[in-house]
Formats: sequence, C-alpha cells, structure tokens
Amino acid sequence: MIVAERKPMAEIVEMVKDCKKVLVLACRGCVTVCSAGGEREADIIASLIRLGAKKEGKKIETITASLVRQCDREYIDEIDQWKGKYDAVVSTACGVGVNFISNLRKDTMVYPALNTTFFGGSAEQGEWTEQCAGCGDCVLHLTGGLCPVARCAKSLMNGPCGGSVDGRCEIHKDVECIWQSIHDRLASFDRSAQMEVIAPIRDWSTAGHGGPRKIVRDDLTV
Amino acid sequence: MSFDPAITLFSCHYTSQQSCAEEGSELESLGFPQSINLVRVPCTGKLQVTTLLNAFEEGADGVYVVGCPEDGCHNVKGSARAAKRVEAVREALVELGVEAGRVEMYHLPRGLHPEFVEKGKEMDSRIRDLGPSPFNG
Repeated sequence: MIVAERKPMAEIVEMVKDCKKVLVLACRGCVTVCSAGGEREADIIASLIRLGAKKEGKKIETITASLVRQCDREYIDEIDQWKGKYDAVVSTACGVGVNFISNLRKDTMVYPALNTTFFGGSAEQGEWTEQCAGCGDCVLHLTGGLCPVARCAKSLMNGPCGGSVDGRCEIHKDVECIWQSIHDRLASFDRSAQMEVIAPIRDWSTAGHGGPRKIVRDDLTV
Repeated sequence: MSFDPAITLFSCHYTSQQSCAEEGSELESLGFPQSINLVRVPCTGKLQVTTLLNAFEEGADGVYVVGCPEDGCHNVKGSARAAKRVEAVREALVELGVEAGRVEMYHLPRGLHPEFVEKGKEMDSRIRDLGPSPFNG
C-alpha cells in the first residue's frame, strides 16, 4: 500500500487560514489501511482545523466526507455533490489523490493533509516499513524476493557494501542489511551462486529519472 | 486574574463508581472540584481522539481521562488504548501551539479511592494556573 502520515497541524491550519468552509476529504484506499487518511483521521483533522482557527479568533466550518478512492476519475466526480459548499478541499489521500483532484477540478483548490512517504507493508500493528521503490524494473527474481532498491540504504545492485556488520546496516543498528538477508535467503534455496552474478549498470530511466511515468494499455483503452 | 475553569473528565465506569454514591453528594463532600464535569463511559477504551477534541471544541479549558490501572483494566487493554489517544491529543495540541498539560490521563484503582479526588484537585489547580483555553478566546 501507499503509506503516509499526517502533516503537522500547524502546517495544515496555515494552508486554510483564509478559508471559511473546508471539505475534508478522506480516501478509503491505502491511507485508510495505514490509519493516516481514512474517515476516522479525517474527522480528527477536521476537528483540529476548527480548533486551530478558533485559536486564531476565526471560524472555519468543515464538511467531512470520503471517497472510495481519490485516484480514479469516477470517484472524483462525487466531489460535485458539495460544489459551492466549500472554499477548499483538504485531502487526506496520498499525493496521487491531491494531484487527481487538481487535474480534474480546475476551479477547486486542494491542500494535502498528509506527507506521502513510501510503498510499504504493516510489519506490526502501528508499524509500517518500506518494501518497494516502484523503480519500474523489478529485480526481485534475482534477489530472493527482497528489494535492494528500496531496502538497501545505497540501493546497491551488487551488495553488500563494507558497512554491513553482523547483518545490520551501517546507517543504523535497527536497519537490517538487506544484502545479508538476500544472501541468507538465496543460500536457503541453494542459490548462493546468484550472488556471484554481477548486475550490470542499471538504467534508472524507468524509475522516474526519465520524467513522469505513464502506462498505456491498448487492450483496456476504448 | 482568576477564572472558573470548565474541565471535562471522562471516567471509566469502574473507577468512578463513587460518583454515584449517595446521588453524587459523597464526591462533593470529599472536595471534588465543582469545575469538573464528569462523563462516565463504560470503558475509556471506547473514547476516540475526536471525543476528547470535541470537549475542547465545546469550551473545555482542560480535559482528562481516568481509567483502570494499566495492568488491571476490566476490558484488558481499554485504559491503555485511552492513554494512547490522550497522547495523540497532547501531541496535536502542541502542534497547534497549545499547552500539552490541558489534557491528561490517569490510571487509578477502582472504587472509592482518595486518589480520584486528589487527581481532580490536581487538574483543577493546573488548569487554573494555565488560564482559559486558547480555543475559547
């Protein structure tokens, strides 16, 4: 899922300081699962916006609502039911949602309530870890299913580096050296020889270094 | 300048049983501050962050929660969950530039216990020192 966390409230309150009515729009996708921007969190953010305004001697009215997702056109259309009832949208979706609303509703100002952080999974309740960098050229079949792009601090393709000590990364003892884990995992499948194969210099153009990425599926377009 | 604070207390059903004794008159006779509006809940684990924030929106100068001891909650983890939500509100208040001390969590034994009154007095004193809520300006 896309993992995000709430921006500091002072930053959000500053965004909407000139508004009188705000639509706080939750997303029932990834950010609900990671408890950053679902309906419950949108209610909290709306309350804090009202309180933040009161502290400055102002009054901001809020409408709280949610969309199934904020990354599909058909769901964005649902915003129109509140047309004229708000000065701005505070989206609790990931950055994709904020962009999508901005793309599709030219006359609507949209502010982000979250900092979108990474593609990850829930390691434990209340804890999420980065697992994928969305680099566009997956090498997981070569690395035992563990991603060196996202999970190696240097995104090395021929690790480990000299900073790997006892399976931990030199940047912090709490960070595993993913290359040590890749080695151990390949060994458990009797595939240690894979570690001897030198990965070639990588073309990072698929990772966004060639500009915004786009996928067009002719079989799905009409 | 002195002021009469409005304090909202959300208390677990079990830790606030004395509030019912003699139709509430016992608490009053023990010196429980008049500034505190006691809201009894079946379990403090039921309290949401928005419940606490709404109390501030409705004019409370301070908000606190009294729940079971952490290792003795009737519903196992109810008071521990409440403490986490109080902490979330505390952090949000700080983000808005408001004193963290306006919200508090206490874990107290069940039944009639002097600490229930003591913590009420402590909260009353603290909020009087802090003054009116910046949200009520």
